[in-house]
Amino acid sequence: MARQEKKKDVVIVGLGWTGAIAGIELAQDGLEIVALERGPDQSTVPNFKYPNQIDELKYGVRLKMMQKLSQQTVTVRRNEDETARPYRKLGSFLPGNGVGGAGTHWNGLNWRPMPEELKLKSYVIENWGEDIIAEDMTIGDYPVSYDELEPYFTQFEKVAGISGYAGNLNGEIREGGNPFEGWRSEDFPMPPLPRTWDSQKFHDACIASGYHPFPAPAGIASTAYVNPYGMQMGPCNFCGFCERYGCYQYSKSSPQTTILDALKRKPNFSYRTHCEVLRVEMAEDGKTATGVTYFDEEAQEEVFQPADLVILSSYQLNNVHLMLVSGIGEPYDPATGKGVTGKNYAYQMNGGISMFFEDDNFNPFVGHGANGTCIDDFAINQIDFGEEGFIGGAYWRSGTFNGQPIRNMPLPKGTPAWGAGWKEGIGRWYGHAMSIGSHGSNLAYANNYLDLDPNYTDRHGRPLMRMTFDWHDNDLRMNQFMKSKMEPLAKSMNPDIMQVGFKGPGAHYDVRPYQTTHNTGGHIMSETPQEGVVNRYCQAWDKHNVFVMGAGNFVQNTQYNPTGLLGGLAYWTVQAIRTQYLPNPRPLV
Amino acid sequence: MLPFPGRLMFNPLAGHLPMTDIPGLPSRRSFLKGSAAGVALSALATSASAEKAEAPVSLEDYKREFLNDAEWAFVMAATARLIPSEGDGPGAIEARVPVFIDRQLAGDYGSAEDWYMEGPHDASASPQLGWQTPLTPAEVYRQAIPAFDAWCSKTHGDVFAGLEASQQDEALTALQNGDVELQPEVRDFFSILLANTKEGYFADPMYGGNHGMQSWVYIGFPGARAAFREWPERHNIRYPLGPVSISGERA
Ligand SMILES: Cc1cc2nc3c(=O)[nH]c(=O)nc-3n(C[C@H](O)[C@H](O)[C@H](O)COP(=O)(O)OP(=O)(O)OC[C@H]3O[C@@H](n4cnc5c(N)ncnc54)[C@H](O)[C@@H]3O)c2cc1C
Ligand code: SF4
Repeated sequence: MARQEKKKDVVIVGLGWTGAIAGIELAQDGLEIVALERGPDQSTVPNFKYPNQIDELKYGVRLKMMQKLSQQTVTVRRNEDETARPYRKLGSFLPGNGVGGAGTHWNGLNWRPMPEELKLKSYVIENWGEDIIAEDMTIGDYPVSYDELEPYFTQFEKVAGISGYAGNLNGEIREGGNPFEGWRSEDFPMPPLPRTWDSQKFHDACIASGYHPFPAPAGIASTAYVNPYGMQMGPCNFCGFCERYGCYQYSKSSPQTTILDALKRKPNFSYRTHCEVLRVEMAEDGKTATGVTYFDEEAQEEVFQPADLVILSSYQLNNVHLMLVSGIGEPYDPATGKGVTGKNYAYQMNGGISMFFEDDNFNPFVGHGANGTCIDDFAINQIDFGEEGFIGGAYWRSGTFNGQPIRNMPLPKGTPAWGAGWKEGIGRWYGHAMSIGSHGSNLAYANNYLDLDPNYTDRHGRPLMRMTFDWHDNDLRMNQFMKSKMEPLAKSMNPDIMQVGFKGPGAHYDVRPYQTTHNTGGHIMSETPQEGVVNRYCQAWDKHNVFVMGAGNFVQNTQYNPTGLLGGLAYWTVQAIRTQYLPNPRPLV
Repeated sequence: MLPFPGRLMFNPLAGHLPMTDIPGLPSRRSFLKGSAAGVALSALATSASAEKAEAPVSLEDYKREFLNDAEWAFVMAATARLIPSEGDGPGAIEARVPVFIDRQLAGDYGSAEDWYMEGPHDASASPQLGWQTPLTPAEVYRQAIPAFDAWCSKTHGDVFAGLEASQQDEALTALQNGDVELQPEVRDFFSILLANTKEGYFADPMYGGNHGMQSWVYIGFPGARAAFREWPERHNIRYPLGPVSISGERA
């Protein structure tokens, strides 16, 4: 029998971005809170300190900060005729592990969604009619609007310490910002960071083409900053070891730099590491959870942690897995379209162009994860879907990051992959290439979903989660559209050589190359319990004391990196818990 | 008191960057220059650089942790073709890439410690589903090298290490293109061999390769400097400083 711990008011599963937010906000109400984290403890000092962190092999290539697939993974297949095989070695996505979660080693690109993206289905129908929505496309509206979420986006940005320049300040369009973004009630907490050479060249080319460049919204401090919890950040020095690394100097926005020290000082908050939650336990009436069972790595035993309120904040993939093994929501069945848990898994559709300029010096190692200039001229709210024949959009960005040579050695096509020609190529081209990336939407489809795998189990005997996912024509057409627009812009910059990398018709999902850690959906928000797993407050429809954080709530993915949206949603959810749920625990909808 | 407690573990080398001697650029306030912290840290940096690495044992005398004689002969010969010594920049041999590979295979990379290795395995699954062999990287080397050597003997009359450079290049090209019949369990051999070779060429020298940081010097990568506060807006100017390593060596 499992050992039993003393009952808590709240148990938080996973201490990454959203778990830290839940912890610090709920701790203000005096609740007794414990967070359970499967990975190790991690702090700026000593874990990320200079120079040990500046190690491309260990962190960039061997991925020592990431989820250990030997501990937890998924299986993957592209369609129902293929046998799903385990994701054995990290590639396409890199979930985090340990205190801080993926929030410690993300890039820091902190976007809000467009207002139109949160009501995508009605936006499409109002403008082009229902017919342009393909039959297997399961897009919907979020049950919460941009206007409702705006204060919470602002709150997350203040906590996280985001640098940038508002393009739409209370409806006033400001030159130099993103004119197509949703309104902001306040400007960014910090001014934008300086522009590197590639970013400047891209900026100038965009102006010449009539586009609207603006600085990337960056979870990277441009100045000294103190956030609402009293946490201090200092300006980034463009060290270049940003994505996949913990920041050694308190400049990257992360749970460590913006929340955790303040949280650890709260006497009613505690956390335990190396504790992997295995399932949520249910009361006999089936309407509420009683707590969670976890595996205590040190004691090598299962432990039951009773609690009145369960917060799942273990990253999208782990949240959905926990819900499937614990019976939260009906599992989704693509054959009937019934069921909800695992539905609308989505990802991100990206492409880009590399450009080689023999006489330019880009110093690619000088950069940070959210460096660069962006345009949103081909964003979701700028495209005539009826005319172009797809639904979706993308933002583009150019700016150095990760210019480390094992992983980042772009060479002109035709350069041999090895031998004298390769060696000559790296000497000639390292530091003389820049790129423009297109970061695009990936919509929801009936046959992209998550369920439990029939063949593979984890070390505790739980079935692995199975991901059924492939690219769809709609998103591939979107990508090809971006290519057709980006090529002339790149040509206008007169590179010596350029090469284009956009997936096109017939492309299938490949788990090997890194794409993004923007896995979304699976426990989506909805107006009714028939359509999704959680209501507009991210409260499980069928277990009212379970609230769920993260990108799993996304009805379909947006064209942006997810954290701005999921950070805002986390604040929206904790506010509902504090003001509506705690005084009277019940289903809030 | 410093405004940020973490500042004390700021990059000690940053205080040493000659930020002012870039031709054509006005001198700028250097990072820690003149501050108490800068002075304290510069002592640290000097002592670190004083510990210059001693000349390493020759590759012949190197005590191997994983590879046996035949495997070592293969790895020496193959990496020497993947990154040859001729031309500018070090080759894999000068960079001591074989040492790196030997140590990686003996460590948790070689044993796939972080990977999910439970069966059932379908080594013939679509390559797009990623690593599906039951073998670890170390086992792939162990099984693939004799199989490839046998192919070389049959096709070219000797094991790989015994062939002429041009025949070696032909054999590696055949291996790369999938023209060497290998069990599906080792089909990723060429790609991991090439990836590991480049890793050893560019990783921090503490892993055994990139000897003397000469690979970094060759391409102009400054290694573990990781402090470029004044550089974002120095547009189109080549960064002038040589690399430092994690243990404080300079080149
Ligand atoms: C390399 C990389 C780059 C990224 N770049 C960006 C970017 O530029 N912009 C952006 O918006 N997003 C980016 N992301 C995504 C971003 O990191 C995530 O959106 C964000 O961290 C999600 O927050 P979360 O709280 O849901 O999960 P996390 O922050 O990952 O926290 C989840 C925590 O739960 C723990 N956990 C998991 N399972 C269990 C269990 N069973 N029991 C106990 N604990 C568990 C994990 O160990 C982890 O600590 C990036 C991610 C990666 C990996
Ligand atoms: S680039 Fe800046 S924010 Fe990123 S890790 Fe380095 S110092 Fe920190």
